[in-house]
Amino acid sequence: MTGGIPLQQWRLMIAFFRVGMLGYGGGPGSIPLIHKEVVDKYEWMDEEEFGDLLALANTLPGPLATKLAGYIGYYVSGVIGMINAVLASIIPTILLMIVLLASLSSVRDVAWVEGMTAAVIPVVAMMLAVLTWQFFNRARQGMGWIQTVVMSALIFIAYQFLGVHPGIIIGALIVMAIGRKDKSSATEEGEKQ
Amino acid sequence: MKYWHIFLAFFIPGILGYGGGPASIPLVENEVVRRYGWMSVQEFSEMLALANSLPGPIATKLAGYIGYEQGGILGSVIGVFAAVAPSLILMIVLLGVLYKYKDSPKVQRLTLYVRPVIAILLGVMAWRFFHTSIEGIGVWQMLLITISSFLLIERMRVHPAIVIGVTLVYGAFVL
Repeated sequence: MTGGIPLQQWRLMIAFFRVGMLGYGGGPGSIPLIHKEVVDKYEWMDEEEFGDLLALANTLPGPLATKLAGYIGYYVSGVIGMINAVLASIIPTILLMIVLLASLSSVRDVAWVEGMTAAVIPVVAMMLAVLTWQFFNRARQGMGWIQTVVMSALIFIAYQFLGVHPGIIIGALIVMAIGRKDKSSATEEGEKQ
Repeated sequence: MKYWHIFLAFFIPGILGYGGGPASIPLVENEVVRRYGWMSVQEFSEMLALANSLPGPIATKLAGYIGYEQGGILGSVIGVFAAVAPSLILMIVLLGVLYKYKDSPKVQRLTLYVRPVIAILLGVMAWRFFHTSIEGIGVWQMLLITISSFLLIERMRVHPAIVIGVTLVYGAFVL
């Protein structure tokens, strides 16, 4: 760690400011940018450490980009580094968002602004539909068509028709995932014998 | 009370949203539109469109903006804190433990089981957006915009910010 603490903090801030301002498509879209800063440019971590960190971050809940920024900041220079990296990656875009939306809502009732907002809804719906398909597809790759379709159908009924809070559904599935016996590893052992 | 609600509205999606920011969008919508009624479906989709066309992490942009709308700067800070802090603290505390078991079938199954839930939540939300859009601009306009934006973003790999920009211009002059 050369350069002392102030320089280190400055580098953390610049690195995560760049990540925040250039990462389109939400947190996952900024992963390659974080990799570039942390592994290639500043060499705070090597390839393997970064890979492990990413795998772990993916298994925990919550926004991905801030988990990575926070942990890397903490790893590089403690609690101050953590706060610095998180703020650098989120504050600029939150400010942009507030300024742009505040000015948009003051002209909301003008006809052409209404046209603009009406036109954007299908684009967002389409992007959500694509994201939906990607999640289905990854579930299918992990546990096959039948289990994915059955689980999805049950979840859909619980959420849409019975009005169960998604948090309860997710909680129940987490309990199932941890509580279930490891059938796959048992059969593998059986096959070996 | 307001600040407590803002905290809860982003704490819950933060602690339940597996798969990064986009996975927590439907959870945020559940709190903000369905539970607290801070926004209509229409307003939420407008905000989401803008959030998607801006750079940076999506979950914190939503928390920061909705928090600001509901409770000013303090509301914004509380929203962002609720979205970020719990999972970040969990990450730092659990790093050692989960790192040790990251190849365990239980931990891998955890991520896998949650995917269909996220897919359903996103799918229901997409359907509602399409529905709102048909009511607003009719089936044909909706299909035209949906199909052309799909081709541009997913097939021709045009950046979403550009497509959204062009769509805004189209809406301003044509709709």
